[in-house]
Amino acid sequence: MPEAPVLQTIDLCKSFGMVKAADAINVAIRPGELVGIVGANGSGKTTFLNIITGYLKPDRGRVLLLGEDRTGLPPRVITKLGISRSFQIPQLYTNLSVLESLLLSVAAEAGRGTGFWQPLHRRHWIDQGLETLDRFGLKPYADRAVSELPEGGRKLLDIALSFALRPKLLLMDEPTSGVSIEDKFQVMDILMKVVEETRLTTIFVEHDMDVVQRYGRRVLAFNDGKVIADGTPGAVLADPEVRKAVLGRA
Amino acid sequence: MRLLTTILMDGTVFAAVLFLISVGLTLVFGVLRILNVSHGGLYAFGAYLATFLAVRFLEIGGNPYLTYPILLAGALIVGVVAGPLIERAFVRRVYGRAEAIQLLLTFSVFLILDDLMKLIWGTKPMFVSEPYTLLGEFSLAGIPYSWYQVVLIAVSILFGGALVWAVRGTRFGKIIVSVINDREISQAIGINVSRIYTVAFTLGALCAALGGALVAPTIAVVPGFAVDATVLAFAVIAIGGMGSLEGAALGALIVGLLRALAVHLLPEADLVIIYLAMILVLVVRPQGLFGQVVLRRI
Amino acid sequence: METRRLPVEALVGAALLVAVPFVLPAWMKFIVTLALAKFMAVLAVALFLRANQVTFGHAMFYAVGAYAVGFGAKWFGLRDVALLLPLGALFGAAVAALVGLVMARYREVFFAMLNLAFSMMLYGALLKLYWVTGGTDGLSAGVPTFLGYAPPREYLRDFLYYTSLGVAGLVIYAVYRFLASPLGYYLKAMGENEIRIEYSGESVRHVMYVTYVLSGALAGLGGVLAGFTVGHIVPEYSFWIQSGDFVFVALLGGYGSVVGPLMGSIAFEFIRTYASKYFPNEWQMTLGIIMLAIILFRPGGLWTIYEGLAARFGRREVERA
Ligand SMILES: Nc1ncnc2c1ncn2[C@@H]1O[C@H](COP(=O)(O)OP(=O)(O)OP(=O)(O)O)[C@@H](O)[C@H]1O
Ligand SMILES: [Mg+2]
Repeated sequence: MPEAPVLQTIDLCKSFGMVKAADAINVAIRPGELVGIVGANGSGKTTFLNIITGYLKPDRGRVLLLGEDRTGLPPRVITKLGISRSFQIPQLYTNLSVLESLLLSVAAEAGRGTGFWQPLHRRHWIDQGLETLDRFGLKPYADRAVSELPEGGRKLLDIALSFALRPKLLLMDEPTSGVSIEDKFQVMDILMKVVEETRLTTIFVEHDMDVVQRYGRRVLAFNDGKVIADGTPGAVLADPEVRKAVLGRA
Repeated sequence: MRLLTTILMDGTVFAAVLFLISVGLTLVFGVLRILNVSHGGLYAFGAYLATFLAVRFLEIGGNPYLTYPILLAGALIVGVVAGPLIERAFVRRVYGRAEAIQLLLTFSVFLILDDLMKLIWGTKPMFVSEPYTLLGEFSLAGIPYSWYQVVLIAVSILFGGALVWAVRGTRFGKIIVSVINDREISQAIGINVSRIYTVAFTLGALCAALGGALVAPTIAVVPGFAVDATVLAFAVIAIGGMGSLEGAALGALIVGLLRALAVHLLPEADLVIIYLAMILVLVVRPQGLFGQVVLRRI
Repeated sequence: METRRLPVEALVGAALLVAVPFVLPAWMKFIVTLALAKFMAVLAVALFLRANQVTFGHAMFYAVGAYAVGFGAKWFGLRDVALLLPLGALFGAAVAALVGLVMARYREVFFAMLNLAFSMMLYGALLKLYWVTGGTDGLSAGVPTFLGYAPPREYLRDFLYYTSLGVAGLVIYAVYRFLASPLGYYLKAMGENEIRIEYSGESVRHVMYVTYVLSGALAGLGGVLAGFTVGHIVPEYSFWIQSGDFVFVALLGGYGSVVGPLMGSIAFEFIRTYASKYFPNEWQMTLGIIMLAIILFRPGGLWTIYEGLAARFGRREVERA
């Protein structure tokens, strides 16, 4: 018998005024899957992640995480259940250093985020933090201020902060947006190596068809809040409807 | 019955003045996204200057009926001088900085204004009751009321109506709304956002000063009533929803009536009741009665 | 990274403060004692400034501490500093725990103004419930005893001074640890990004709440010491002007460090003593102008000015480079 899906959505709907940002989305993600999401601007990719993680409440439908209905719970609780995400616009602590930021994730993961007497800088947390930074190629920046990071570094740190929570499901919203074309594949290589090594169930949103083609095992195509295709990269990206919706041409 | 009439009348008068002040505060907040703590200072300044001018005018034997335009002139001077001055010289410099810093900046301005008034006019109470007594009284349910209070209510309603018209029905209003909704886009479509900021701040200052000038004949103008004005106006717009004109009107009415209720039934608790109302509204509906929740896009 | 020169300077600073009663005249001793007391309330305000939150109402907890002293003397015959200090801190924390239930939900202008509203309610109550609080006349503090020992009159000031210094030392240590803890870092981080905190599985409201209770205890401690030092407790302890002063001092000293507020407090009390002598009517204006200048030109306050100077003249800095 196959394992229960890490994530399953049933008939998710969400509208903003006249805009249908999510329109009857039914998706199931099994443990160990690596799923890419493509779609044009405004097709509802971020909204999908926002609903799953509880930032937005769906107008209709349910979100099942690890087999249980978790619809409408706030991000904090969803995160505690083992669902982490990164953001299209990196959400960073720009007034802290790179290592300090990461230590906060490590502390949260250890269930010690609310400690107010023992220091944040503990040897084994620092080791753990540096190890994570190393995975993402950020170790040289450990003592730098977050505000000094280049855009690619900001993206990676944003993901590292989520990764350090040791999630069961990692959601990445456009990990390479804002990264220059030359660096895109480098960033993706780093990320995919991490994902592979840890066998982490992962969903990543990506604009760039080439990136999805190269890294996805399974691809979901979004259009107007609907999932219009779901399958292997080859099949989905060859689908004329998808090509029309995402690229604007067949 | 008599008590009820009194409470309703007092409450409405109080609400009328509060509305004038609050609508300015909410306008500035809507456009600049800065809470102008010095707003109460501008209100007090309006009251002081208007009273001062009117007193002087009467001293040199001016016609008492002309004190009305004099009061308005006082408010106008404060609005168009202090408004742009404060915005250009100080507030402008902290756009885009942390909200804490913006608050502290307007707080500094408040402190300066507070002392400036004491320096100019001293600490002795100032009165000009002519505009108040001149209009005479009428009686309602056997209790005498002053016509001036009715004028206050009328001015406030007219002013509110004019503002709504200006915002909804004119080109300038549309520009303001556009800036409130999205600064970047407004800038992109060629609106001079920085000018709009100055204009909005000036308008806000004008509202405060006007409130002060109109209330002056009904009270003794003394140092220290500026803070109360800031806090009450904040309570009004927090209840009504920050940045909402209708909210300011409804909030002013609620606060005004509650205050009158407290003054007549439970005078010890007049401020407490207003604050409790504000806290209650904020707990139940953090965005205020007319406010909208804006989710940050992530 | 932390510079190594800090401990040396901390020692020098501490030594200077210990020497105060021997070198300064009595009236200055009084000023520094008061500065130490208020420093604790300033620190409470500074905690929130780190998180980018302003409070215009923390004088309420300062007043709670001070009135604990006043009520203690008036109703219960209590005047022992060692007893009233923890009591004042406890009351401050308890009131904060209550008010904090509401306050932890709000930020920015709401946080600032709701604090103001709460403090003004307390102020109104202190004024109007005069049969309990003495109204505008206020209450007198008892002549303090220290763990039951009543020092001779001429040494009373010294006892108070060293008590304040000792408490200030403990407070600095405790707050330093707090700020170095995960929660302390979350407090700083929330000023920049609350969304990431929630998406780390932590509660920003919890961070606010714990800090609020701590801030209440700190300001309460300050109030107890101030109450004893001044000897007279009036509703003005809770007035907005007092809250404004705390905010001002935090900005003046610099809220980025624990020592900044201490420097600010001492500087402030001296400035005020002289200003009230030479231009009593322009006091608030002076504050306003200094505050404007800091905001526009020196956002880090005295502490960064000092750091800048230390960096320019410090040899160690050169050696490290
Ligand atoms: N908070 C919101 N309020 C109003 N409309 C929203 C909100 N969030 C999203 N939308 C609208 O919902 C639709 C889907 O937006 P979403 O951000 O999910 O798209 P996306 O696929 O992530 O696009 P992009 O590639 O630009 O990131 C868009 O039309 C957007 O304008
Ligand atoms: Mg998106």
